[in-house]
Amino acid sequence: MMQIVVIGNGMVGYKFCEKLIAKAPNQFQITVFGEEIRPAYDRVHLSEFFAGKSADDLSMAPASWYQEHGIKLYLGDPVQTIDRSNKKVTSFHGIITHYDILVMATGSSAFVPSIPGVEKKGVFIYRTIEDLELMADWAKHAKKGAVIGGGLLGLEAAKAMIDLGINDTHVIEFASRLMPRQIDSAGSAILTSKLEALGLTIHTSKNTIEIAGDDAIQSMKFSDGSHIDADMLVISAGIKPRDELAVQSGLSTGERGGILVNESMQTSDENIYAIGECALYNSMIYGLVAPGYEMADIVVTNLLGGNKAFLGFDMSTKLKLIGIDVASFGNPFAEGDGIRSIAIEDRHKGIYKRVNISSDGKTLLGGVLVGDADQYNALLQTCKNKIILPPNPEDIILGARGGDGEPGAGITALPDDALICSCESVSKGDICAAVSEGGCETVDAIKKCTKAGTGCGGCIPMVKDLMLYTMKAQGKIVRTVLCEHFNFSRQELFDLVKIKKIKTYDEVLSQLGTGDGCELCKPPVASILASLWNENILKKGNDTAQDSNDRFLANIQKGGTYSVVPRIPGGEITPEKLIAIGEVAKKYQLYTKITGGQRIDLFGAHLSDLPEIWQELIDAGFESGHAYGKSLRTVKSCVGSTWCRFGLHDSVSFAIRIEERYRGLRSPHKLKGGVSGCIRECAEAQSKDFGIIATEKGWNLYVCGNGGSKPQHALLLASDIDEETCIKYLDRFLMFYVKTADPLTRTATWLNKMEGGIAYLKAVVIEDALGMNAAWEADMVNHVDTYECEWKAAIETPELRKRFNHFVNAPTEKDPSIEFDEMRAQKKAKDWK
Amino acid sequence: MMTEITSAVWFLACNTTDVPENGGVCIKYKDEQIALFNFSRRNEWYATQNECPHRKQMALSRGMIGSNNNEPKVACPFHKKTFSLQTGECLSGDECSIKTYPVKIEDGKVFIGV
Repeated sequence: MMQIVVIGNGMVGYKFCEKLIAKAPNQFQITVFGEEIRPAYDRVHLSEFFAGKSADDLSMAPASWYQEHGIKLYLGDPVQTIDRSNKKVTSFHGIITHYDILVMATGSSAFVPSIPGVEKKGVFIYRTIEDLELMADWAKHAKKGAVIGGGLLGLEAAKAMIDLGINDTHVIEFASRLMPRQIDSAGSAILTSKLEALGLTIHTSKNTIEIAGDDAIQSMKFSDGSHIDADMLVISAGIKPRDELAVQSGLSTGERGGILVNESMQTSDENIYAIGECALYNSMIYGLVAPGYEMADIVVTNLLGGNKAFLGFDMSTKLKLIGIDVASFGNPFAEGDGIRSIAIEDRHKGIYKRVNISSDGKTLLGGVLVGDADQYNALLQTCKNKIILPPNPEDIILGARGGDGEPGAGITALPDDALICSCESVSKGDICAAVSEGGCETVDAIKKCTKAGTGCGGCIPMVKDLMLYTMKAQGKIVRTVLCEHFNFSRQELFDLVKIKKIKTYDEVLSQLGTGDGCELCKPPVASILASLWNENILKKGNDTAQDSNDRFLANIQKGGTYSVVPRIPGGEITPEKLIAIGEVAKKYQLYTKITGGQRIDLFGAHLSDLPEIWQELIDAGFESGHAYGKSLRTVKSCVGSTWCRFGLHDSVSFAIRIEERYRGLRSPHKLKGGVSGCIRECAEAQSKDFGIIATEKGWNLYVCGNGGSKPQHALLLASDIDEETCIKYLDRFLMFYVKTADPLTRTATWLNKMEGGIAYLKAVVIEDALGMNAAWEADMVNHVDTYECEWKAAIETPELRKRFNHFVNAPTEKDPSIEFDEMRAQKKAKDWK
Repeated sequence: MMTEITSAVWFLACNTTDVPENGGVCIKYKDEQIALFNFSRRNEWYATQNECPHRKQMALSRGMIGSNNNEPKVACPFHKKTFSLQTGECLSGDECSIKTYPVKIEDGKVFIGV
């Protein structure tokens, strides 16, 4: 069998193995030597390590993957010498391996400028997980940070500093603007102002001449005579190809580093290839992951007898820097020869967009996007495929103004060879063929079939659009149906289940669906049944149709334990009840934390302890808080007029009344409410699904707000209404939502999709435009009358209670795999393995 | 189960009535944890490792079962990775798979081939 040795186990080295195994399993004996102690991980998303991701989250594939595919993987064991005449490599630990083909994927190291003091403690580079661990350690005692380098990697490092809690961080860039290789000065100015708003201090045209301090860094001096204090510095000023092994073995390398390769990625030795950031092609180092993957593909293709050449690579890029979109594509700086540049700048919103257009006005040459890069994919495709621009080319960044736009024109106009996923080199034609010939009708199926979207994931919206477009072109009706088992939308199913009076998931499936169900249709159908009939969600065999949290009436947490949240309506609690919670937490050794919804979460409960914990909580007067369900969570309140000198009405009493009215109401997504006693709005009611704010004359009712990843303020539905009217409107509003929203759609998104928006919602809820209000109010009364605490039912019903064991054949034993760590005198879940 | 089964050792796991319809339970076998599923809608039984290979969580027995183009599957409650109950193959595009075990039912008792 042909022996292939790969030097380097970074992203590109790994991708080479993955591609080779996929195309030619068992044809080669592959041996990989890696310098780091971990198998290849996602270096592109390194900064997420500080944002909470573990080393394993970032892993490309576990060590077992290499084993399963017969790859010998030596980690922490870099190759020391290459004996080209005998075709052998020797590793640090003395392993000698013969190769027929050698692939060098040695990557790059951080470029460290020779500044006096660079060796001091507190000075770091930003490249590997080990670097990050060292940084995290030092950061505990650091207060003022600095980053040398205002390019892509430097700003990533600045984000890492913020994640490490060093909010006072300076970014020092030698050039006159941030990201000089990707964006122009106007874009850079917008980026700078956005970053400064986040607390970073940006210095440009700054040349560091000394890193001062005794043993550790204390300050930095610049060539213009200025200086700053800093007790932690990260140098991220560029990369340097790792070519030392190539130099030592006599391979040709570039003057400024890099292993010379031809268009087949062959080095000056025909049996040795170089790929990724160590390879120098046509005087250029490609410091992005996508071209590295392309190089890996070229070597794999050529090894298997194919013929594919590397012809340079588009260095267009889009990234999110500290939450700010930045993208550049094609030639972002194109100028001269009649080239037209169109730019829009909105300093208030922090948006800058520039496109460069050919002198004939027909093609897009490149551009820059800062602050809003939603159009990146469409613009990149227009640029790469030389698609003819519309008569008013500014429309491509401003959107068509007036007249009917042609939805989807962007993707339909693309040629078949347009590259959609650049990480995995998947073209539009590949994706359309996967849909039309391969029968893929979900994004997951397309991912599996073509690998598109499995890299950075940025192309997934386009993949989905292409899938829908292809399906429509085939004459398939594309509807928002639940899944393959139900050819209905949630609203249609809701009505059918109601009319047919069906009470169990299995019956719904038999009467209205096909097949055996799945994790996509079970929770929404179970939710519909609960919304309609308000029966115990664990009875009648509906327990196994519930998502795990609903099935065990608790929230599953990392490690497989559960958290427990008793209801504390309006956030009001007596000292006796506080003590009861404390005693339960102590007895069952639970971690306790106050939630955002003014209640107390108890974490780390074993499945088999849940009934006993709830027995004690119920005995102390608590009931389920439904934190596990898509249902009403909390109604947050401020202290209101009973204590507050500004309070107009008693917001706590009203919040309790509302929380107790809607507790247990199953809905398409979770529901949160808030009641504030005056306009100061301390309950943050306008960020809730429904929020009520006291006025001199009564209450203002706001609806359809939410926090979360896309915060949205609630909109005013009615003003100066009394309590009874407010509850009447809420009954109608909630029932309208429960009946018509798609699964997992919060009220804000539901309203955003509603034709007519808030005006229509007002017409329905206040003016009874649908004539449904009496029925909805009756439905709500029925809900209130039939409410029961699910936990009380579960502990009182032996056949429900016995499900709360980990082992069915050893009910007294707990899951032995559960482990905890300790932090600040409490337990925490052991990290993902 | 309906396919031909050969197994050296059959382990008595539990009674058929111990396993909820269309759901799973976890079985302790020596130091192993096995997820056992009563797919009553298909009149089939399946057993797999209980550990989800994605984040190494002992959780598959608590997952929802269902089918994908008639292939029976289980979805891990943690991140909804799905696995074929027949082959153990990951159906959501990941490079991992789970171990499956044969199951037979005799006189209301469930045996797992280990």
